[in-house]
Amino acid sequence: MARPVRFNINPIPANTADAITTVKAPEGFSGEGFFTTQLSSVVGLARKNSIWPLPFATSCCGIEFMATMGSHYDLARFGSERVGFSPRQCDLLMVMGTIAKKMGPVLRQVYLQMAEPRWVIAVGACASSGGIFDTYSVLQGIDQVIPVDVYVPGCPPRPEAILDGFMKIQDLVGQESIRRRNSEHYKALLNSYGIQ
Amino acid sequence: MALTNEYIQQKLKDQFGELVYNFEDTYGMLSFEAPKEQNLKVLQFLYDDETLQFRFMTDLCGVNYPDDAGRELAVVYHLHNLTENVRIRFKVFTAVATPDVFTASQLFSTANWMERETYDFYGVNFVGHPNLKRILNVDEMDYFPLRKEYPLEDQTRIDKDDEMFGRG
Repeated sequence: MARPVRFNINPIPANTADAITTVKAPEGFSGEGFFTTQLSSVVGLARKNSIWPLPFATSCCGIEFMATMGSHYDLARFGSERVGFSPRQCDLLMVMGTIAKKMGPVLRQVYLQMAEPRWVIAVGACASSGGIFDTYSVLQGIDQVIPVDVYVPGCPPRPEAILDGFMKIQDLVGQESIRRRNSEHYKALLNSYGIQ
Repeated sequence: MALTNEYIQQKLKDQFGELVYNFEDTYGMLSFEAPKEQNLKVLQFLYDDETLQFRFMTDLCGVNYPDDAGRELAVVYHLHNLTENVRIRFKVFTAVATPDVFTASQLFSTANWMERETYDFYGVNFVGHPNLKRILNVDEMDYFPLRKEYPLEDQTRIDKDDEMFGRG
């Protein structure tokens, strides 16, 4: 027997009056026709709301990331509609899944191909620490080959956790000094990984 | 006439006499051993014989028996007769101190990569192999990881507190 077709005959109008938020302006002085603030605040504001992620997904955490990108969790809400697959164009390397030791140089190469400023998020137990794969063939955390900004725990983490990690990255990006990448501290960090 | 395990065993006994031994029939699959120096002769005979015709190598792998002195490493050949659909297993054993076994890659091309894999994980030195180097692990690795000489965990890591993992 055919199922009766039902239409949504009593649709509830969506109440989007308070659902749309805009990014707050940074602190500064405003007057008639002008607004002054720090350059780093404006740059940070622009950067943090237009991060292009580069997914480096090797296993189950990558599946969670696909859900995060999908319409239900919708990473695009945070200004990351455009997931890039060219390291040259992207700002944020998202490493999701087990990285074998043989994959280590590949991951490092992808990181080196990214232009500054670049950030890295390690999603899941394997990318953060090797996870359950405490064995001869698995890299015990990607921070052995590249510097990591945010670690997301979980095996695999839920999309909410990935979004939380992403928002932590946004906080870092928004507050970063535009001179940080030239600092001695940052150069020393990269040198500790053998990166010029 | 169907190719029976008894017939294969008799043919091998007729050809090699005392040089083939330890015949076993596990779940209907014939398994036997030969000295490692004889491995190519046995494989060639199984390949060439008109009634046997084991001309397909399904698998080649290694096994480590650390307690079996003088026979620590095994190389296992899985052979398949495609016309009769009969499979057999052929093993040679070698000491871990002298892990030299003749390569089967001249007879079966598929043995090339599988011998590299066996070398990679068990350190079996296949004499005469055209390109015996690591295939799956990183080139810098200086040990053979599937030999039963190592604890399961990666010994190089320093970020784990042994107390917390019940092995303090």
